[in-house]
Amino acid sequence: MTKGIKKGLLAGVALILTAGLTACGNSNAGNSAGAGTAAPAATEAAANASSAPEATQTQAKDPVELLNVSYDPTRELYENYNKAFAAYWEKETGQKVTVKQSHGGSGKQSRAVLDGLEADVVTLALGYDIDALQEAGLIGADWQSKYEHNSSPYTSTIVFLVRKGNPKGIKDWPDLLKEGVEVITPNPKTSGGARWNYLAAWGYALDHNNNDEAKAQEFVQKLFKNVPVLDTGARGSTTTFVERGIGDVLIAWENEAYLSIKELGPDKFEIVNPSESILAEPPVAVVDKVVDKRGTREVADAYLKYLYTEEGQKIAAENYYRPTLDSVKAEFKDQFPEIKLFTLADKFGTWKETQAKHFNDGGIFDKIYVPGS
Amino acid sequence: MAGTVPLHVPGPRTGASSPSTTESQAVKWVLISLAGLVLLWLIALPLIIVLVESLKRGLDVYWAALTDPDAASALKLTLLVAAITVPLNTVFGVTAAWAVTKFRFRGKGFLVTLIDLPFAVSPVIGGLIFILVFGSHGWFGPWLSDHDIKIVFALPGIVLATLFITFPFVARELIPLMEEQGTQEEEAAITLGAHGWQIFWRVTLPNIKWGLLYGIILCNARAMGEFGAVSVVSGHIRGETNTLPLHVEILYNEYQFSASFAVASLLLLLALVTMVVKSLLVRKNAH
Amino acid sequence: MNVTTKAAARTVSRRKLLPGFGITMGFSVLYLSLVVLLPLSALLFNSTGLSWAKFWDVATDARVLASYRVSLSTAGAAALINVFLGLLLAWVLVRYEFPGKRIFDALIDLPFALPTAVAGVSLTALYSQNGWIGSLLTPLGFKVAFTPLGITLALMFIGIPFVVRTVQPVLEDLDRDMEEAAATLGAGRGRTFLRIVLPELLPPLLTGFALAFARGIGEYGSVVFISGNMPMRTEIAPLLIMSKLEQFDYAGATAVALILLLLSFLMLLVINSLQHWARRSSR
Repeated sequence: MTKGIKKGLLAGVALILTAGLTACGNSNAGNSAGAGTAAPAATEAAANASSAPEATQTQAKDPVELLNVSYDPTRELYENYNKAFAAYWEKETGQKVTVKQSHGGSGKQSRAVLDGLEADVVTLALGYDIDALQEAGLIGADWQSKYEHNSSPYTSTIVFLVRKGNPKGIKDWPDLLKEGVEVITPNPKTSGGARWNYLAAWGYALDHNNNDEAKAQEFVQKLFKNVPVLDTGARGSTTTFVERGIGDVLIAWENEAYLSIKELGPDKFEIVNPSESILAEPPVAVVDKVVDKRGTREVADAYLKYLYTEEGQKIAAENYYRPTLDSVKAEFKDQFPEIKLFTLADKFGTWKETQAKHFNDGGIFDKIYVPGS
Repeated sequence: MAGTVPLHVPGPRTGASSPSTTESQAVKWVLISLAGLVLLWLIALPLIIVLVESLKRGLDVYWAALTDPDAASALKLTLLVAAITVPLNTVFGVTAAWAVTKFRFRGKGFLVTLIDLPFAVSPVIGGLIFILVFGSHGWFGPWLSDHDIKIVFALPGIVLATLFITFPFVARELIPLMEEQGTQEEEAAITLGAHGWQIFWRVTLPNIKWGLLYGIILCNARAMGEFGAVSVVSGHIRGETNTLPLHVEILYNEYQFSASFAVASLLLLLALVTMVVKSLLVRKNAH
Repeated sequence: MNVTTKAAARTVSRRKLLPGFGITMGFSVLYLSLVVLLPLSALLFNSTGLSWAKFWDVATDARVLASYRVSLSTAGAAALINVFLGLLLAWVLVRYEFPGKRIFDALIDLPFALPTAVAGVSLTALYSQNGWIGSLLTPLGFKVAFTPLGITLALMFIGIPFVVRTVQPVLEDLDRDMEEAAATLGAGRGRTFLRIVLPELLPPLLTGFALAFARGIGEYGSVVFISGNMPMRTEIAPLLIMSKLEQFDYAGATAVALILLLLSFLMLLVINSLQHWARRSSR
């Protein structure tokens, strides 16, 4: 009997090894099939580069591949931007660059990088998600000062999307608290964008109540009492509002609001700008540990820097992100009306403090729903 | 009707059952229509929604969604993953079912429960555990990264997660069936001098083939449709580690609702193809 | 593994008679350990990063408890309804001939093939206040989407193939002689079903229930769309795991997951042991 068990174990080991090898062998096949012809060459180039970093200087002509790990609403933006950057980089250095994209919820993407997804650059929804990478040692401590404007090449803000004709007469934040108004916003516990929504409301309340925190909490609490559905992500909320016809007002990123109007029905919705809102700063960073390993620092750095140039800024503006460069700002000033904006630092301090106070388990947001906690 | 012969093993009792073991026509049709209603309401309606939504913007959009290069590479990856995981879990399913049902031993209930376990694991966790083992902060993370071996956020991770999620299907399908059949036939074969493989091929396999087939079909359907666990370990790199279900999500999040449902309907189609293959097998076998 | 001691073996135990126990058992246990147990043990070790007190706090937080309640009650209700619907579907598929049976049969598996998120989206489209069914129910005062009822429906959709496909092979294999005998002895059809057929189908029905239930507890993708995710009311436990991960709280997430897993494991264990015990005593 024991002999039989031994035999079984051996057979099992053999089978699983074979399977493992097949899987690994095929993984290369899968890669090249997916990414086109550039992929194998680029991986090779990266491998060469990591073994001899100085080689990249002399043989700059080898094609290179970058992975940009980003959050959900930037797909359209980076699709255009990657083409522009590839053209620019080839002209400057003669090197071909392919930028691969990965998109998902900001927090989830950050965790993927944390757990080993080899991103050369991250372009996420909030600083908190990059802070997490910094704490794990993947990114240097000074990431936020590496690039201009707190490493946020483009910004956005939080606005309201209402149904055509604005039947509930929604003009500003207090209107969201009225009886009978249904507000759609995602869950701040699971959605980065929703945290900006929440903070925008909180900041408005502080300003109108002499910075009284208790009043602000009451304000936000009342607002969330009007929320019938808490979707897990920003796009889920948009669908609930647009496709399901639920709610009177959707709190959304400005770029998301514009995009959903463009994609889903210019004749059905309109945007209402509140009197005051938050300056949402989606940050970017080079993942130091990965670029050093792959030898892609130079191109990764250039990739992010190019976002600040006129062309990069224009692409951002065309995709409804607020540009930070003055010349492009002027050009698009009709598209982005002046709203009084406060920053996270103005009202809340760092992301770490904000997260701990408001959104972590047992924080202020939880108190809205859990009696006595 | 050749295709609808009774599905059980050909034997003396195949053929018309005597009137005493069937219900009256009235009862029969009431039951059939009830079942039809349940099926329509519970399963068919959501599927119809998928089809309606996918064709909302016309056939061009539908076709464009399916021929998109990202969709094509996602399809390839999905088929590849299914081609690796389904055979492995089938082999396991048959051996496990044999061990569990043909012998008596202590802790059988416990073993079966362990086999069931992946059903009970939330798909999110099904992916997370592989991150905890193979991720860069996981048990083998540093070693893997030193040797430049990629498990998670690459094909092996997707295969492992799918393997985990679809692990119990074949075994689970076979165990109740083989329990019900008992061991008499195999024992008879032994007394007639048959040895191990002969018993399996000649006696057991013909008895369990339909259960096995269901198991494989379910395992395959789930392997191709799995979203949650794969989403955690995939890394979502476009055209590279996106499976079809992940591609559906991407399109949906890009407000390309019709395209997204079109790709979803492709998954349904793949599942239907496996069922057609099954029907053909049944028909062939009937002659 | 020789057959010379056949006669003796039969009286001692069946294990000695049929070959292949060692190899199949060995392989099964090894494969099980590698694919399932080893990765799952990571869950255990990760949550032991918490002290017992902290673990207890996380696991018994009011909001977490409420989410267990939502998950368990909706999954239980869905699995229970599925036992009846699944039996009906399997019975009709196995016992009757009717036009369109093949399509009928093929449809059963589709809930597995549809990515769960798509299932969630289409069910929400169907049952929300402007959907095909939702718009009929809303005037009657019924709300399905964004209530526990909606979660139950999604879990029924996810779980129905489990019941049908576990009952089906057993039903196909069922010996009709017993039924005939009962009929000859004058038992009515209903009585024959209850006394002869149903006891034989009980084990697969129980298994189907257990599997659908276990699957329902863990389901995430399809539920988050239709549940509305309101804390304390329609927030399911897997969602809390996600929200803990969002705070990079791996230990807390694995703690909730572990409790969830333990609950399903115990339930499955009880049902499986019951069955083996019942089988042994009936032999």
